[in-house]
Amino acid sequence: MTNGWVDIKNADVILAMGGNPAENHPVGFRWFLEAKKTRGAKLVAVDPRFTRTAAVADLYAPIRPGTDIAFLNGLIRYAIDKKRYHEDYVKLHTNGPYIVGEKFAFNEGLFSGFDEAKSEYAKDNWAYQADPKTTAYGTDPTMENPRCVFQLLKAHVDRYTPEMVERICGTPKATFVKVCEIVTSSYPADKAGTITYALGWTQHSTGVQMIRAGAVLQLLLGNVGRPGGGMNAFRGHSNIQGATDTAGTFEILPGYLKTPTGPLATLQAYYENAVPTTMNKQAWASMNYWTNYPKFMVSLLKAAWGKAATKDNDWGYEWLPKVDGNYSWMYIFDDMYRGSSTRVGGKEPGPEGFITFGMNPVGLGPNSKKMVAALSKLKWMVVVENVETETARFWNAPKEYGGAEPSKIQTEVFLLPAASFAEKDGTFTNSARWLQWKWKALDPPGQSKADQEIIARTFLAVRDLYKKEGGALPDPILKLSWSYPNPVNPDLGEVLKEMSGKALADIPDPKDKTKVLKTAGQQLDGFGQLQDDGTTSCGNWLHSGVYTEAGNNAQRRSTADPTGLGMFHNWAFSWPANRRIMYNRASADAEGKPWDPKRPGIVWNGEKWVGDVPDIKPDSPPGMYGAFIMLPEGVGRLYAPSLNDGPFPEHYEAVEAAIANPLHPKVTSNPASKKFSSDKDIYGKKEDFPIVCTTYRLTEHFHYWTQHQHKGTLNELQPGFFVELPEGLAKERGIANGSQVKVISARGEIQGVAMVTKRLQQLNIDGKPAWQIGFPIHWGFAGDPNHTGPLANTLTPSAMDPNTWTPEYKAFLVRVEKA
Amino acid sequence: MSVQQNLEIRRSSAAVWGSLSGMRSVPTVSKYIDTTTCIGCKACEAACIEWNDLRHIATEQTGTYQTLPTLHAEYWNLIRFNERDFDGGIVWLMRKDQCMHCEEPGCLAACPAPGAIVQYANGIVDVNPDQCIGCRYCETGCPFDVPRFHQTTGKMAKCTLCVDRVAVGLEPACIKACPTGCLQFGTKDDMVALGSRRVDQLKGTGFANAVLYNPEGVHGTGVVTVLAHGDHPEWYDLPRDPHVPLLVKFWKSVLRPLGGIAIFGAVIGAFAHYTKFGPKEVRGADARDRNLPDA
Repeated sequence: MTNGWVDIKNADVILAMGGNPAENHPVGFRWFLEAKKTRGAKLVAVDPRFTRTAAVADLYAPIRPGTDIAFLNGLIRYAIDKKRYHEDYVKLHTNGPYIVGEKFAFNEGLFSGFDEAKSEYAKDNWAYQADPKTTAYGTDPTMENPRCVFQLLKAHVDRYTPEMVERICGTPKATFVKVCEIVTSSYPADKAGTITYALGWTQHSTGVQMIRAGAVLQLLLGNVGRPGGGMNAFRGHSNIQGATDTAGTFEILPGYLKTPTGPLATLQAYYENAVPTTMNKQAWASMNYWTNYPKFMVSLLKAAWGKAATKDNDWGYEWLPKVDGNYSWMYIFDDMYRGSSTRVGGKEPGPEGFITFGMNPVGLGPNSKKMVAALSKLKWMVVVENVETETARFWNAPKEYGGAEPSKIQTEVFLLPAASFAEKDGTFTNSARWLQWKWKALDPPGQSKADQEIIARTFLAVRDLYKKEGGALPDPILKLSWSYPNPVNPDLGEVLKEMSGKALADIPDPKDKTKVLKTAGQQLDGFGQLQDDGTTSCGNWLHSGVYTEAGNNAQRRSTADPTGLGMFHNWAFSWPANRRIMYNRASADAEGKPWDPKRPGIVWNGEKWVGDVPDIKPDSPPGMYGAFIMLPEGVGRLYAPSLNDGPFPEHYEAVEAAIANPLHPKVTSNPASKKFSSDKDIYGKKEDFPIVCTTYRLTEHFHYWTQHQHKGTLNELQPGFFVELPEGLAKERGIANGSQVKVISARGEIQGVAMVTKRLQQLNIDGKPAWQIGFPIHWGFAGDPNHTGPLANTLTPSAMDPNTWTPEYKAFLVRVEKA
Repeated sequence: MSVQQNLEIRRSSAAVWGSLSGMRSVPTVSKYIDTTTCIGCKACEAACIEWNDLRHIATEQTGTYQTLPTLHAEYWNLIRFNERDFDGGIVWLMRKDQCMHCEEPGCLAACPAPGAIVQYANGIVDVNPDQCIGCRYCETGCPFDVPRFHQTTGKMAKCTLCVDRVAVGLEPACIKACPTGCLQFGTKDDMVALGSRRVDQLKGTGFANAVLYNPEGVHGTGVVTVLAHGDHPEWYDLPRDPHVPLLVKFWKSVLRPLGGIAIFGAVIGAFAHYTKFGPKEVRGADARDRNLPDA
């Protein structure tokens, strides 16, 4: 979230789309209701189903799964057409005035620079007009130049009329226009609106562009950086924010630094590749904060290799694994299944071993049969879990998952019992970026161990083996810093200190060399004190400040709220730097006065910015730096030339397309989204599978493990798998409520109880009536015997977003039959 | 049990001579439910199960989000889900169903076992299993279809408004667990005032028929419920005009006292007759056969 949970109460308008917040974040949802009750805020819910969120919304609009970009582009078009956008904000805080180079074009569904053979775009075709290596480039402050971003955006969304939105999304025109009226009502300076979204936006082959479209809309309405505004992503697990912050995926290092790729042999080469070049506009300079890469990177390398990382060996950079391909989820399992790597000409074998740590690939991976088959190819697998999951038991999966006979499977499976969430301490980082320390409630039972002990014991054993036997590259392991007082089971407070960072030598005060900011060994106050000369150590620059000389700030629990806006600066620690609302410079005008004095973010008091922790140099006067300090432009992007599938969002159908794309039938789906080609990667056609299907979660369950609770309360509240069908479709097929129904996709079939409902409607798509159905994901074959059910992912496709490679769980094609 | 003894009893079942009166006045407690901000998350269902140690019921998915079709002796709190067409779209109404803790409880009126159902001074209506004879008359008395007979124990069970928590100054478990704040707890006056404000707010946003459901027919309920569609309580599975059934009232206030008087009268009459007329004398040959002494 750019803002936060409590801040939602400050909103005048809330658009809940691409997510079902009442369902999946019932506790956080209280702030939506607080906004409604205390300030009369309007809640708009846009969803394929009338959900528990829609039940308390002021307006519900149905939408066909996967068509959110058409809807949002329609909203953008409405805002521009009716002049319901915050013009001063757009001119000041966005790249609306910037002139785009003449190579940029969009024709018949393709942006310029598309390489059909590779399914990739050459993004330099989308550059701004001037040479990015100089400090000046063309802008039109009036935003009237036809090649400026604002005009190009206007032209781009022109096709998304309410009629087109109805044609693509199925949303009745009148309802869509009502949504437009309410959502754009936050455009005046003294109004603020927020957008909340979750996996209903991320889990599509156009997921990143859906979010992009929401961000463009929020920039036009002047909502980003404002209390009550922002783009609020609701994460899907209690600590997945923490996971991604700490490098949960292959392409990032802690703090979202990029992982180095093979050709980048030195730190210098790495910096040149990673750090964007500053681009300065006449009025603004850009802080281009990623220019601090060397400080973050060297401090990280010092945290990893301690004394062994020196200036002479490029701070141990050569020991950092270099990425030589795509190791995201779908690629890992594709390699595993085919037993070979797509990289280096297919001569490398696929992975032979696999460690799955608190992760259930058979449950949550798309195309379950492929997951089961892939794991069968491994030599060994280590599963670290609280329960025996579908993954731990993949070798014994029921016949319908197409696995081989257990006797034929060679995979050796190790199941290590792990402590559950109540049996370990540490921090959870929530969607609002708050690192909150949690205390252990009880000891793990039997031989179960905490995660850190499992990792530590594994590491120490591997290090011993390297010591005894040597190996191809022992140094990264042998020289790794592991100086915890209890090396076998490190205290997580120690680890948190390490992540927050400390001084390794005295750090002089840049303003007065005779003074010292920090002495050697002291915890740093924050990433502002990081150095690129090896005198600081920091495991995650983004979390720096969580553990200072004052102590473990994640443990703070003060309810003091002097602003009344729910910032709670002394409750836990909010990254970055305890800032509660990101981009808060944009909450003020060119003079540093708040757009809305009743909800100030930060305000210039003549000497410095006050209010929230400023997201800008605190003593820099208004006019010096742009509000978006992490971007080279220094301003928010209505036009984003860095994404893999285009600088503007464009509606593409899901990979399993329900219709030919009315906007450009020849380019129906996302051209940059790649497909897989093994015999298990089957994509269905609309002629065979005419019904659109989506998947989702329920309040009463959490992923694939609450089904394991024998005689559990949650299993009582929500006992079994079901399929939600519209009344009309059920009538057509003779399916009674509560009877058995089969759902079939190109990849498999599942069966469950039919829930016939009014909450899913027939929609008119491209002028023809069309059905949509959906079902929840929480069941599998490994849970409590009274509560097993089919894996929802039996039906989902091996399709993904080209920027994040997130699978397309939310829009695919099926058939429905009475069972 | 000692907790309940701390609470004075305002009314008791089958207490022919009326209620015990306390010297102190204790405010009536009330549970406030705002169905317009209920998201049906069932935290309250889970809290009730956990606090009251209710036995696990093997529920089944039958085509609804609702946990069970109706309340149960081991399920005292149930969110009822009702979807219906409305105003060109649909509504999905969710109402927390449990004992309403009526001011004038029909279950207490119907109950023939002394002290099996009591109403405390604070208004909470509770079952005393030790006194319950399992006759199920309370089911007839209740206009909200709340009391449930437990097949195994032979007793009636229902929501206790967490009298054990309230007695020590805590809010009921459901109130504590509710994440959205749609459940509140306090004095009846305070909860009615809260409801009044919310109803006004709803009317201001277009719900002209919003109401605080607190039916007169039972002299008001301890549980007050905000309904957006107050003109259609049946949409929420609530009775339009709940009251203690006439038959139960008649039985309790007329027939039973009359019956009591009749029995009492019969006993007095029999005694008076005996003292006046003596025992029945049997004349004739039979006297000797019965080994009676000669008259």
